[in-house]
Amino acid sequence: MAKPTSVYFFGTCLIDLLYPQVGLSAMRLLAREGIRVIFPQGQTCCGQPAYNSGYREEARRVARAQLDAFPEALPLVVPSASCAGMLKVHYPALFAGTPDAERAEALAARVLELTDFLVRVLDYRPNDLGPPLKVAVHNSCSARRELRVAPATLELLGRLDGVEALEPDHATECCGFGGTFALKQPEISAAMAADKAASIAATGAGVLVGQDCGCLMNLGGTLARQGLGIAVKHIAELLWERTGGEATP
Amino acid sequence: MTTELRVSIGAALGRERARVNIRRAMDGLVAKRLKAFPDAEELEQLRDQGRAIRGHAVARLPELLEELERNCIRNGMEVHWAETSDEANGIVLDILRRSGARALLKGKSMVSEEMGLNARLAAEGIEPVETDLGELIIQLAGEPPSHIIAPAVHKDRHEIADLFRERLPEAPAGERIEDLTAAARAYMRSRFQGINAGLSGVNFAVAETGTLCLVENEGNGRMSTTAPDVHIAVMGIEKVIARLDQLPPLLTLLTRSATGQPITTYVNLISGPRRPGEKDGPRELHLILLDNGRSRIRQDPELAATLRCIRCGACMNHCPVYTRLGGHAYGTVYPGPIGSILEPQLQGLGLRGEMAEVSTLCGACAEVCPVRIPIPALLNRLRHESVAGRTGSQVAGQGSRRTRAEARLWALWSWVCANPSRYRSFTRLATALRAMQPARLGPWTRHPRSPANRTQGPPPARSGGGVRYRVVSDAEPLTQGADLRSDRRRHSRSRGQCPSPYRSRPSKAPPRRSSSRTRRRCRRAC
Repeated sequence: MAKPTSVYFFGTCLIDLLYPQVGLSAMRLLAREGIRVIFPQGQTCCGQPAYNSGYREEARRVARAQLDAFPEALPLVVPSASCAGMLKVHYPALFAGTPDAERAEALAARVLELTDFLVRVLDYRPNDLGPPLKVAVHNSCSARRELRVAPATLELLGRLDGVEALEPDHATECCGFGGTFALKQPEISAAMAADKAASIAATGAGVLVGQDCGCLMNLGGTLARQGLGIAVKHIAELLWERTGGEATP
Repeated sequence: MTTELRVSIGAALGRERARVNIRRAMDGLVAKRLKAFPDAEELEQLRDQGRAIRGHAVARLPELLEELERNCIRNGMEVHWAETSDEANGIVLDILRRSGARALLKGKSMVSEEMGLNARLAAEGIEPVETDLGELIIQLAGEPPSHIIAPAVHKDRHEIADLFRERLPEAPAGERIEDLTAAARAYMRSRFQGINAGLSGVNFAVAETGTLCLVENEGNGRMSTTAPDVHIAVMGIEKVIARLDQLPPLLTLLTRSATGQPITTYVNLISGPRRPGEKDGPRELHLILLDNGRSRIRQDPELAATLRCIRCGACMNHCPVYTRLGGHAYGTVYPGPIGSILEPQLQGLGLRGEMAEVSTLCGACAEVCPVRIPIPALLNRLRHESVAGRTGSQVAGQGSRRTRAEARLWALWSWVCANPSRYRSFTRLATALRAMQPARLGPWTRHPRSPANRTQGPPPARSGGGVRYRVVSDAEPLTQGADLRSDRRRHSRSRGQCPSPYRSRPSKAPPRRSSSRTRRRCRRAC
């Protein structure tokens, strides 16, 4: 894919509600690369929470609003592999056999997860201005298995001269978030997150980086409770901050 | 809503020793499997092949079963059909009564667990004698299997040594694995003599030849199927395959996925009872074909994929939830990912539907499944069948897990999120009220802290919900969050004057400013 002049940006509800600095960092990063970033106000949530809870009609209703929100044939960049997976992989299934099937297929074909877009489409080469930093990496299951874009995060970290990227043991294992799973099965979720946090701590890294705010929320909470002083950042934030962008206050 | 499953999950997480044992064993199996498939391309080709062979067999199940029956009978076997576990148990008991057996040697068989055979035998005064080492251990301990291929995986050698000292006549004093297995072997040898009937499972049944394939590592399977005069093989009807030449790819997939072995120590191809002039083998060979809900599963084009399973257990070994709980917590014969799609279908969503929720949908199971069962997609489907109104599907207990409270919650959620302005109002409200958010979210979740409160200590420095930004370009760099916020407010106000939503044609969107870029922005962003 050639570098586009304009892209749509899907903020995701989690970033919108809890991590706006992630969305801002990603959009500024893209803008600085000369891309016109369009954030339609019609967007809300991808619908995944209801879809994974079995409430397909409710999910469809919300998903339809997203089909409406991104009508033009522009790439749709999503700073979350989980939401990108919903749009790209599950929308076609969700709308199959409905009048919106074609629109869903068309939207799915335009979806690009942020790190994948940065590496594969932009071939983004950050100019790292930051001090040496050890970073632990957590790839979400959606990035690793659903979209197969996990290598992009490591690739981007590798392009930051001052950053040493470290993969914890059991790196391929889920952190235990799983959307509503964390609410419905909190005990198992917490046990998984605790193991993951211990693996992350064992790397000796001061920062945990990933491409999905769901995992980062889950792990950030666990790490904070353990008081190990490991900060959590979305890859977009890290990239923006280390390339001269001001940290979002 | 405290359920049986929830209680057992809590208990399982509390059993630290079993958790450590299971984790260690699963890590070992995962590593062995990885080593057994060094060529990723070969693996993917094999999985394609496995999927095709098994998918084909499930699609043609009725005719293949008839062909299998014909050829098994031609080979001298007796073939029995059982609709339910009860019927299958009845058939086993009839055969045993006729042969006068007071005990039954059992090779490892998950279908016999599904049938609840041991309890039925005991009730009739017939002793079930488990001959697989793992099965023997859990039988001595009075427990069900915790893993479909490694039933005693939750126990370490110290526990097993204690158990043997308590229950076996000639138990070793120490805890060396060699001594423990030797003691088990000596005990088994004494039992193999004098028991006149054996029962085994079936890994694959070949329709075109009437051959039963049984893989194992200890030789107990071969002993149980050849030493006694009567051999009873029990199999789920889905275990049939069409042709003998389909066996090698399935066998290599099975053993490498399960234990990382290129081949098991014993591969038994059973083609009938003892023939005149042969020195060993059973005089009677019975094959029991158990349906127990499988035909119903097969009716559903999507869920039929469940029946492709070859019971390798790789999905369990790789499942982060199974790894932490072990099999007992599920409370079913088949635990883990495969159990979570199979059991709700076999026993109904009302009884077992919750199992489909005990998954993060991480996809590790589907990634390793040798026959490419899309387990997460099927879990999602079962969740849907659990809570949806009439879907027209055949899934037992369809809609039985729908509660008014949860349905209302999702209806409200979709009412908010399907409408951008309602969503914006909600996010603003949520942001404003975050400080007031209770530490406990109430009965919907028992988690002591909400997801927002589970995040890092200081809340996100800039609250979300209020932040809206529309078009960012190199020509119009965004610098300050404050600008964005004020920009949003300005825009929100202007929305009232904008007669057309963003999806209307540009000509209808009144420009707020004169530049064409702004016009585009309004059209897209309102």
